[in-house]
Amino acid sequence: MGKETEEIIMAGFGGQGILFLGKVLAETGMLTGQNVSWIPAYGPEMRGGTANCSVVISRNEIASPIVTEPDTLIAMNIPSVARFVDKIRPGGTLIYNSSLIDQKEFRSDIKVCAIPANQLAAEVGNDKVANVVMAGAYARFSDMMNFDAFIKAFPTLVPGKKKELLELNLAALKKGYDCANSTH
Amino acid sequence: MAEKVLMKGNEAIGEAAVLAGCRYYFGYPITPQSELPAYLSKRLPEVDGVFVQAESEVAAINMVYGAGSAGARVMTSSSSPGISLKQEGISYIAGAEIPCMLVNVVRGGPGLGNIAPAQSDYWQATRGGGHGDYRTLVLAPNSVQEMADMTVAGFEFADRFRNPVLLLSDGVLGQMMEPVTLPDPVDYDVNSKKWALGYNGKEKSERNLCSSIFLDVDELEEHNWHLYQKYQVMTDLFSTGEYKDFAVEEHLCDDAEIILVGYGIISRILKTVVEKCRKRGIKAGLVRPKVLWPYPAQVFERLAKTANQFLVVEMSCGQMVEDVKLSVNGKKPVYFFGRTGGTIPSDFEILNEVDKLVRPD
Repeated sequence: MGKETEEIIMAGFGGQGILFLGKVLAETGMLTGQNVSWIPAYGPEMRGGTANCSVVISRNEIASPIVTEPDTLIAMNIPSVARFVDKIRPGGTLIYNSSLIDQKEFRSDIKVCAIPANQLAAEVGNDKVANVVMAGAYARFSDMMNFDAFIKAFPTLVPGKKKELLELNLAALKKGYDCANSTH
Repeated sequence: MAEKVLMKGNEAIGEAAVLAGCRYYFGYPITPQSELPAYLSKRLPEVDGVFVQAESEVAAINMVYGAGSAGARVMTSSSSPGISLKQEGISYIAGAEIPCMLVNVVRGGPGLGNIAPAQSDYWQATRGGGHGDYRTLVLAPNSVQEMADMTVAGFEFADRFRNPVLLLSDGVLGQMMEPVTLPDPVDYDVNSKKWALGYNGKEKSERNLCSSIFLDVDELEEHNWHLYQKYQVMTDLFSTGEYKDFAVEEHLCDDAEIILVGYGIISRILKTVVEKCRKRGIKAGLVRPKVLWPYPAQVFERLAKTANQFLVVEMSCGQMVEDVKLSVNGKKPVYFFGRTGGTIPSDFEILNEVDKLVRPD
């Protein structure tokens, strides 16, 4: 049942790499030949504040890039769940960072996937790639972008000669993907 | 065909300007347009261009006046309060007939307002903004691709009409990323304007003067009628002439009973609303003006014969709605729905407004 459009909201603290996480999804969507849009909630925010970002990936022309009812919410911290969980489309998916979110019961009409993103990121060597762990988890749920597509997008996303940085990101991506696969 | 790249709207304007032969940028940072000067501060030196972060908006617009007078392709950009500061210079530039590109990435006003997206500078943009009898050509993109394409088109129009061109965008379009195919580079010759100061091209020229001062009453009247005639030529070209298809986008209007009207980011939301209406059996259509001055009045004159009503949606308390009313000229009712202060109306609430108009209880 090939999906035509995926709408995603990702949210967390400023500094958790929310905008980059959105860019990972958008770049992967674009490189797989789909239409994409990426909108940051920009404001006077800074590290420690809140950050969120909306991404649309579609086989068709994207009319409105504004996401009001996401198919998926990727929540990196507790305030993000509180703010966005009720907006998820019925039957949609919540992927949440269980390293920072204790809550286990959510709405009964959505799929829920717990990813200990900070812990998995630390396991590959750097707590800062928790956002990329979540991108890997999203690859498990996307009908429009498979895991290989994400891997192929990363050299564009992490350009330059720092090979270790690319490897770190790819390891984080795989951690997230494997974790989502093992629980779903 | 060139490869697509993922870019922010503000950056796409910057790159498109460079590709259009713009080598001079003068500006001052303000959210939500700061990515544009940031981009050009890095990019212009790579092509032997000049980037100046001026001491103020007033200084920046007068630097634009100078560079434009010398025949260069030149740009400045700002967001609402900064554009207000530039209005005096824009009036001088319009009076002296200097081509240049202006960009307003609109934020909430009045006053300092906030940094969220808005469309409340429509009147300022389309009615001149500064003092005197003058007009600015106003382009309204609704995607990152159009931010790039209209920047290139804007430089061409500016040169053709010897007039300032304003790209009217908003915080969403400036900040959002979408794939963009960058336009082909233009080989611009700074010696192509015979009227420009320091012209040193093939043709012979007089000693040139670029000025907006006409102390003699008769001279100023003659000059103002000359400008007026130029604006008439522009109006004809954008309504019935060569640029009529450039000026407006129509979507499912032929059989539409209700026509939704919006520009910029709102037109994208309205397209979703039209799709949802059609699924529910409501014959809705969309008119999106891509040029806000001269206004595509002819489209509304035609559709006023076939549609029952119009609903204008804006991120303001209602500004463009006046142009729609002038164009429809009382033949059919024109309604308005708006959100302001930085709130973007959702497709749900617009759909609700359509329902109220189409199925009144």
